[in-house]
Parts: sequence; C-alpha cells; structure tokens
Amino acid sequence: MSILLPDNAQVIVQGITGREGVARTQLMKGYGTNIVGGVTPGRGGQEVEGLPVFDSVAECVAELGEVFASCLFIPAPLVKDATLEAFSAGIKLAVIVPDRVPLHDVLEIKAAAKDYGADFLGPNTLGCVNVNNWVLGMMGGRAESARKFFKPGVVGVTSRSGGITSSMAYYLGQGGVGATTIVHVGGDSVVGLPHPEIVKRFEADEATKAIVMFGEIGGSQEEQVAELIESGQVTKPLIAYIGGKGAKEGTRFSHAGAIIEGGRGTREGKIEALAKAGATIVEDFDKLAEVTKQVLAANGIALADPQ
Amino acid sequence: MARLDEHRGKQLLDSVGIALPRGDRAETVTQARQLAEQLGGACVVKALAQVTGRAARGWVRLVDSADEAEQAARELLSEPEVPAVRVEEKLSIAREFFAAVLVDDRAGQPVIVFSSRGGSGIEEIAREHPEDVVRQPIDLRRDFTQPMAAELAGQVGIIGKTRDGLGELLHHLYWAWHRYDCRSLEINPIVETTDGRLIAADCHAAIDDYAVFRHPELNIRIAREIGHEPNELELIAYEVEKHDYRGTFYFIQLADPATAANFVAFHGAGGGGSMMSMDALMKEGFQPANFCDTSGNPPASKVYRAAKVLLSLPGIAGYFASGSGVASQEQWQSANGLVKAFRELGLSVPAVIRLGGNQEERAIETLNQFCAGLDAPVEAYGKDDSARFCAERLRKLVDEYQPPAEASAPQPLSPADLPADAYRFKTFSGEIAIDQSRFTAETAQAVVACCPRQILKVGAEAPARVELAISPEDARKGKCIECLACELKACELGLANIHIELPMPTKDGYAAEGEER
Repeated sequence: MSILLPDNAQVIVQGITGREGVARTQLMKGYGTNIVGGVTPGRGGQEVEGLPVFDSVAECVAELGEVFASCLFIPAPLVKDATLEAFSAGIKLAVIVPDRVPLHDVLEIKAAAKDYGADFLGPNTLGCVNVNNWVLGMMGGRAESARKFFKPGVVGVTSRSGGITSSMAYYLGQGGVGATTIVHVGGDSVVGLPHPEIVKRFEADEATKAIVMFGEIGGSQEEQVAELIESGQVTKPLIAYIGGKGAKEGTRFSHAGAIIEGGRGTREGKIEALAKAGATIVEDFDKLAEVTKQVLAANGIALADPQ
Repeated sequence: MARLDEHRGKQLLDSVGIALPRGDRAETVTQARQLAEQLGGACVVKALAQVTGRAARGWVRLVDSADEAEQAARELLSEPEVPAVRVEEKLSIAREFFAAVLVDDRAGQPVIVFSSRGGSGIEEIAREHPEDVVRQPIDLRRDFTQPMAAELAGQVGIIGKTRDGLGELLHHLYWAWHRYDCRSLEINPIVETTDGRLIAADCHAAIDDYAVFRHPELNIRIAREIGHEPNELELIAYEVEKHDYRGTFYFIQLADPATAANFVAFHGAGGGGSMMSMDALMKEGFQPANFCDTSGNPPASKVYRAAKVLLSLPGIAGYFASGSGVASQEQWQSANGLVKAFRELGLSVPAVIRLGGNQEERAIETLNQFCAGLDAPVEAYGKDDSARFCAERLRKLVDEYQPPAEASAPQPLSPADLPADAYRFKTFSGEIAIDQSRFTAETAQAVVACCPRQILKVGAEAPARVELAISPEDARKGKCIECLACELKACELGLANIHIELPMPTKDGYAAEGEER
C-alpha cells in the first residue's frame, strides 16, 4: 500500500521519445514502475524501451486500458495542453516534471483538476518514490543507486526542494531511518499537491508512522500544515526543517519559489506556527536523522514496520 | 518575477482602457521640463526605479511650476538607481481606493482585493480597517464581469456612479492581469477626482517570468527578479540560458567583489541545496560573490559555460560548488564541464567541488584526474561529505594557498586550432573537430566506446578514424548531448585530437551563426 499511486496501477509517459523521456522511462522501469506506454504526438507506432508510443493519451488509454498516472517530460509551454489532454482521457495523477511552466497555465490546470477529480504533482517536481516499489518522475537516478539511496521504513518524506528531497531521504537512510514514500511537491509557488495535501495522505497511509517535511520561505504551505495539526486532522508526529535562513527579503533564489513578500511566509513565522502546533523543528539539517529517531522513540514507533 | 516600473505598468493599464493621469516618461531634465510645461507647470515628478517606498525617500515630488519640475527632475535623475522620471498631471483628489489582482497560493486561483481606502499600504489598511477590504476569488473559466466587479465595490459601501465606474475599472484590471500573464497587478491609489473621474495614479505590475516568452511586446530583457538592472555577466548568463532549454542555469551577481578578499564564486545545484551551501560558506567567513544554480540535469556544455561566467567574476578568492548532496542529475557531466573550463582558463584560485549523487564516483575521479596539474588545488567530494565540511576545506585551502610567482599557461584539454582538414560536425550549441591522423585502431575504439549515446563509430576502412554513426543533422539537433566525454577521453589517451568548441554569447546574444540553439 502506498500514497498517490494504487498498487498495480498503470503509468504512461508523455513526451516519451524526447531526451529526458527516453532516459527516465528506462530508469523508472528499472526501479519497478508499471510503465505501459507513452505518448508523443506524431510518433504513434514507434517504440521506446519496448513500449508502444501513441499519438494521444486517449488512443493510449483505448489500447492499454485504464491508466492511472502520467509523467510529463515535455517543454514547459506545452504542459497545459498535455495535462488537460491527460485529464480528459481519465488520468488521475499527472506528474509535471518541467520547470518554468507559466503560472496562469498552472492555475488553469488547477481549475481543470478540480473538475475532473484529478491531481497533479508539480510543476517543477522531481516526482516521488515509493521505496523499492516505484518511482514517478526523475528521482534517484539509476535503479541500483536509487536502491542504495532510499531505504524502506516508516517515515513519509515531503519536500519543496528537489535536491533536498533526495538528500533528506538519503541522510535519513544513512542514519537508520527508512521511508515509505518520498515526495517532492514541486518548487513553484502554486503546485497541484502542496505539503498539506501530501501530509493528509501520509496521515491516511497505514504504513507511514511519522512525517518529515522540508519547508521553505514563501507561501503558506507550512502554515497550512500547522493548521492541520492544530485541528487534529494530522496526528502523526511531524518533524520539519525550514530552509532559507540566508535569503534576503524579495530575492528569489532560482526556481525555488522561495520569496518573502510583504513579511508573509517568513522562516520565523513558519517555525513558530509549526512549533506551536506541536511539530518538532530541526534547526541543523545534519541532525535530521538523529532528531527523527528521537521523535520516533518518544512515540514508541519502531524504525522498521514489522510487516 | 519581472517587475515593471510605474510607467510601463501604466502602459498596460492604458492598453485595456483604464484612465491615467496625463503625462509621460522623461530621461533628461530637458524632457522633464517640456512635459511640465505641457501640463501647465504644476505637476508630479516621480522617480522610475525598482525600489519600494518611493514616497518615503522623497522620490515623488509635487511641484507648482516648470522650474520646480526641472529642479526635481535634476535631483532625482542624479540618483544612480533612477534612470528616468515620470512627469504627470496633479490630480485634485476627492477619494482614493485600492485594487489588486494577485494569486492566492493557498487556493491556487486569482483573487481580487479591493478597498474603499487607498493611498497607504494594503496590509496597514487591512489591519486597521478590515471592514473596508474585500477579497474575491476568481474562477479562471468564468471571467470577472463588470457586474461582479461593481458588486464587489458595493460590498464596501460604494454606490451610484462611482460603483459603476469602479465595476468597469476592476473588470479591465482583471483583464490586463490575464492578458499580460501577471503574477500581480496593483493600483494604489485609484483616485476619484473632484470632477468625478476614476484614474490610476500609480501601478505595480509583476509579470510571470515563465510567461515572458509569450510577451515580446513587453520588451523584458531579462525575465528574472534580480533586484537591480542586469549587468554584463548577468546578461551573458541569461543569453546562455535563453538559447539552451536543457536544464537550468541561473546566475545573479550579489556584490561587487573588486576590493574584498573573502569573495567566493558560488556554483550551486538546486534551490534548497544551494541556499544551504551558501549558509555553510558564510559560516566560514566567505561572501558569495554570486548566486548560481545549474540543475535539472544540464549537459556538460551548459555547466562549462556557467563555470566560465563564474571564473570571470573579478576578485574571487575561491570557487565553491555544492548542491543538495544527493542529486539525481548526471554529476559526471557537471564534472566534465568544470574540468574543461578550469583547464581552458587556467584555474588560479582554490576550488572545492561537491558533486554528490548520481554517479558521483565518476565525477570525483574526473575532477581529481584532470585538475591535478593546475596552479590552484581542486578538491572533489560526494554526498557523504557535508556542505559544512566542504566549506571548511575551502577555508583551509584559501588560507594556505600561495599562488605561483607567474601564472602557468592554461592547459586546455585539446588545442582549439586542430588542422583545417579535421573531421567536423555541429552539435546543439557548438562544433566538434576530430584530428583523425593521430588515431590507432585501439584509441579510436576507446573514444567510440566512451560515448554514452553511441553516436560515434570507427570508420570501416584503415587508417583508423572516428566518425558519426548518425546523420550530422541528428547530431546537431541534440543526439549529441554535449557531454564532452570524447574530448576528455582523447586527452586522457594523450592524443588531444578532439576539440569541442562551445562559443560564449556576449550580452547581446551569440554571433549570428549560432543563433538557432
């Protein structure tokens, strides 16, 4: 059992014939993801990694049966149309890897997702990994190294920074704390499944016993998580690190979507809200595993799920 | 986000039919005086600068004559941050309102904020008079019609003709937000004049960086918020990024390091990991001369260009590369790019390179192998060495470094001037030249074998040669991923007979031949 993707669900790749599409299809398959085909308009009938390529998502679904998730590896300006196409063909989860998707396009995707009862991860996401079962997107690199990086366990990991997502999972693993699912929610200011949505899913996930979150300055995702804890909707122990100590107000560091506007979304405000709600704040990133272990022990949670 | 100055913001409003004070932009004192004369002498002279709090700085001047306007313009234009002023009519104010279209990140939809009180900051208004501020989320698929907008104004007690007029204005404001891909568009204040006109007295517009490509009409030179007018290196870096969609290259110069001793070129990967690495650097008493991020699996060629930009930062004492520690991008490609740049430019400051993650062993080995003979030391680390440890290493290397009395000549991986009859083909952003005369059957085979995309082959007939296994057209279109592996391999074999020329753009772009990238 896992969050985001049901067992045995079928997955496709949009943009499967491109530079990243080919490479990532291979890596996802290698890790165990149930990829059944892909789409590139104008390339229908070809094959990639032995998988059939279709001209449209609708044709793909007609041929292969119900597809739950699609990973998009296409240029940012084409993302909106491709995602809407996926939703209209019945896709329930779009993993939007590309960076630099126009904000207004994201807002339209968000509105459409609501209409279709679908979700999307990203944009600007590395994706997510269910340890030892599947990966959606581009996390972890080669299967052999991904297996070394990510250890199975009982902690759900959610992060706003791509690189940090893998690092957190890795350093936790090195420190003896394994993970259930590791999610990069995406670096942009508006994303399909922000921290509070992922945290709710971890709450509902039996295998996940505690949650580790990497927050960043800007926006209100972390404050919303604090509200979920306060209102009792999230009861599992939550350990958070909030980055961006060095960021100047109003300066945007790369695509991190990390910006402080008019005093809202500050690091201090987020830490205060989370601490007040009862989350554990880690000040020193290098101590993440150590603190997480202490929190698990204090809550009587074993490091590995006996099942 | 790309912020527009007041004048350019107002041009957006004008294009959708929102009334503005009469006036125009002036870059010189003479132009400012002429505008003031046209307005009858009494007018407002406002500095056009990307700063907040202009009024508090005295950068908005109310004057009563053309002479005073000239004097005000002279003073404002002498400020280094003020490239121009806007000279416009004085309004006789009956009332002021506030309106903005923003994105509510929580709901993931646009929201219009309106207040019957304008003038001061909206946060202050909302705090002191919450009953006078209304917010209305907008359904993107349904528009924000004039009646809906008028209704909103009505909610804070505005009636009659003003209500209708504001309905029209807010409807147009939303349309401008939509049409120009704004992140935010704000008018504060909207002035109702004593003769009953509604006029946008100020404007703050921020365009979504990622949508700037859809708006050539806005003439935004650099679609990034860097907090100052872009300088030459930033423009060069932006040209690299603009012409190469593979991965991300982001560069801001943070300070002018010309006179200081503790500035370090900072080369990050990924937003979060970069910030953490900069923190580590600062803990060691260094100042990052810049912020740079190459992530999203960029090819070696892009990292090479980034390194070249960083190495041209004046006055740096070291080079520090560090990201999250466990990157999924192909780190050996980053190593290849760094090695090529370090050797071509002759590295003269200590470097600590932390390339943890995907295939880091190969990245570290490459750096160790190819940087051994440089003037300055290069140390390479992976995911199990923290950013803090790496920053400590850099501190030590910088403190101990004694530059040679005379800098050695650069040691490029291969000479740029291979014979004219060398085998050549174009790549996505450059050209590869191969001097076939130096191969043996074994070395040709070794070069072919090192190409990860297998686009090279050994020629069918003797003597041994290396050629494309695909069409030159495919190589140019991107089948050659510019990983630089073949150039490094030929160097390692002692042949130095493969040269990859990767031109750098100027601040105005690449030379004509390389336009299409």
